[in-house]
Amino acid sequence: MTNLTDYLKQERNAAWREELRKSKKNKERTTIERIKMPEADPGERSRSYVEVNSGLTHEQAVGEASRCIDCANPTCISGCPVEINIPKFIKNIECGEFLKAAHTLKETNTLPAVCGRVCPQEKQCEASCFYTLKLKKDPVAIGYLERFAADYEQKSGNVSIPAVAESNGIKIGVIGSGPAGLAFAGDMAKFGYKVVVFEALHEIGGVLKYGIPEFRLPNNVVDVEIDSLKKMGVEFETNFIVGKTATIDDLREEGFKGFFTGSGAGLPRFMNIPGENLVGILSSNEYLTRVNLMGAATTGTDTPVMKGKKVAVVGGGNTAMDSVRTALRLGADKATIIYRRSEEEMPARVEEIKHAKEEGVEFLNLHNPVEYIGTEDGKVKQVRLQKMELGEPDESGRRRPQPIEGSEYIIDADTVVVSVGVSPNPLIPQSLPDLKVTSWGTIEVDPDTFQSSVPDIFAGGDIVRGGATVILAMGDGRKAAASMHNYLTSKANS
Amino acid sequence: MYKVVSKKFFSDNVVSLDIEAPRIAKARKAGHFVMIRVDEKGERIPLTISSADIEKGTVNLVVQTVGVTSKKLAELEAGDYVTDLVGPLGQATHVEKFGTVLACGGGVGVAPLLPIVEALKKAGNKVISVIAARSKDLIILEEQIKEYSDEVVVMTDDGSYGKKGLITEGMEEVINSEKVDQAVIIGPGIMMKFASMTTKKHNIPSIASLNTIMVDGTGMCGACRVTVAGKTRFVCVDGPEFDAHEVDFDEMLSRLQGYKDQEQKANDDYSCVATKKRK
Repeated sequence: MTNLTDYLKQERNAAWREELRKSKKNKERTTIERIKMPEADPGERSRSYVEVNSGLTHEQAVGEASRCIDCANPTCISGCPVEINIPKFIKNIECGEFLKAAHTLKETNTLPAVCGRVCPQEKQCEASCFYTLKLKKDPVAIGYLERFAADYEQKSGNVSIPAVAESNGIKIGVIGSGPAGLAFAGDMAKFGYKVVVFEALHEIGGVLKYGIPEFRLPNNVVDVEIDSLKKMGVEFETNFIVGKTATIDDLREEGFKGFFTGSGAGLPRFMNIPGENLVGILSSNEYLTRVNLMGAATTGTDTPVMKGKKVAVVGGGNTAMDSVRTALRLGADKATIIYRRSEEEMPARVEEIKHAKEEGVEFLNLHNPVEYIGTEDGKVKQVRLQKMELGEPDESGRRRPQPIEGSEYIIDADTVVVSVGVSPNPLIPQSLPDLKVTSWGTIEVDPDTFQSSVPDIFAGGDIVRGGATVILAMGDGRKAAASMHNYLTSKANS
Repeated sequence: MYKVVSKKFFSDNVVSLDIEAPRIAKARKAGHFVMIRVDEKGERIPLTISSADIEKGTVNLVVQTVGVTSKKLAELEAGDYVTDLVGPLGQATHVEKFGTVLACGGGVGVAPLLPIVEALKKAGNKVISVIAARSKDLIILEEQIKEYSDEVVVMTDDGSYGKKGLITEGMEEVINSEKVDQAVIIGPGIMMKFASMTTKKHNIPSIASLNTIMVDGTGMCGACRVTVAGKTRFVCVDGPEFDAHEVDFDEMLSRLQGYKDQEQKANDDYSCVATKKRK
């Protein structure tokens, strides 16, 4: 920790930073209003797959960057799971050094263009910004600026490839190519390891590809980041399920010295209520995978998708918002969120809820489905809903929803997307009897080193956390890489 | 990319393909399936592995042409490639010495039945196989089934080969002539439903191998869910084999029709394009 503090202080004392700080008074900086993200028109975008947030212009970015007062004690950094040197990259933007800003991001973040789009900044860096904490004003738009710098680099055609240490010849296997696996792979490649990432699906990127829709995270943005990893020497094997296509033992025999499991929380949860297996009721994973991974909405592809006119989505997370907004883009006349708590407790990012509302999504908060009613040929046609009220807080600290007796009523729906969470994918634990798992099915790891009960296997992301965010998964991947590097180095020296 | 090493037609609309996939060939056991995607625009469909050759590094898949994907597969020639093939998936068949096993295969279901018959025979069971189809040209793999069966009964709906009648009639005949300890049922959904009712009537423990709609095949999408003994199960990770007497076949049949309209349209569009190409 001292190292980080010293490093930050040293960077802050650089002449150009001092000069920049002096160029404008803090009083002047703090009177500037926070920039608003330019957005595609709600009416148009809700019928197309165009990215909703258009990104800042150069002038907007420089203006927003000048709000940052380059604090002596940058609290924002402690809010970032991968500890990006936030003031440094923002100050680089302020003085027009956009590529340098991108390089600063890449010192600690493998996927800045992704994080700039999907991180819940309002709960992380921006929540601990000086403006939020002390001035009670809107925080510096750190997320928008991250995206700006990363996009600038992608568009410049001059994407920097992080320096890689000389090869040590040691082979490491990564299970799953989602955010945890990619972050881990990037750092291990930097340390000089030969990294092979095994992916079960036919596309690299995990949830970034199958889960998050094009209108929020375009696939080509992800591909540029994956391409950088390839240029760093990381190899990818698609259509490869570790534990099935080959076991960990097979791979050990083939010379792999360590493994990182970032296999995610893949299994969709259902509510086990009557009628849930009717045709037209599907998990958000299925719905989004058909559209995002299989291109079901594009003409000329073979994968079909339900194009309901009255679509109900059950849940209040980002995945629920992604699903309900996808429904509009597939031509729904009515797209409704059914959520059992109130908007205040919704786990979705504030921005996604706002965008959904602008696009015409209806919200039935404090409602819960209790039964699905089908047609004679087994298709869903109605949902029986129960109204809820909030009681005392539960373990999660959120007020527990309780049903209101006698409040049931029925709404019409021809498609229902169930988005009430996921369980850990059991494929890896099933194939490794020695691996300790929790009663939830997540892999047990040391909270500091991310090492599992099997010494050469490390794990992170949703397979450990049960269900979290892209950036937390990436943070795990980075910490696991550092500690696997330590582990393998000390093993080699002993 | 995965190379098609050889291809042959069992009938006009049943094709057998050997595809290069050395790791899958080595790892697979009876009952396992693969997910296949023919080309970049293709959908992912599950197919049960009917056999494998570890030395050649190939898996054999038998496909009946019903939709766009199976038609595309049937049009591939030796030397062509499929874009994606992943597996082996699902739980392997539970094989033990039961005594006498009745192996029932309907139509193209005889292909996935073959490795199970082989494994059961090798485990020391007496295997009596009943294979059935609408007509003679749809009876497949008869010789291979015979190799691992003590007795084979062939049934056709139209009587063009073997005995005339439904598979359940052939099954009844066997059950009435000797004590059967276990049954294995694989075929079209409707056939499995009635075959299961037959063995249930005679209290014969039975497993059925289900072939439902899947997208990823690894537990992620839940498209394949079925009700077994009143509980929702995923065919891809919990199955594909289940206690046949506990499966809600009516629900499964209804869910199989979930994308019927889209599939029909895709099929028509595809036939249209294919016809134009031929001209």
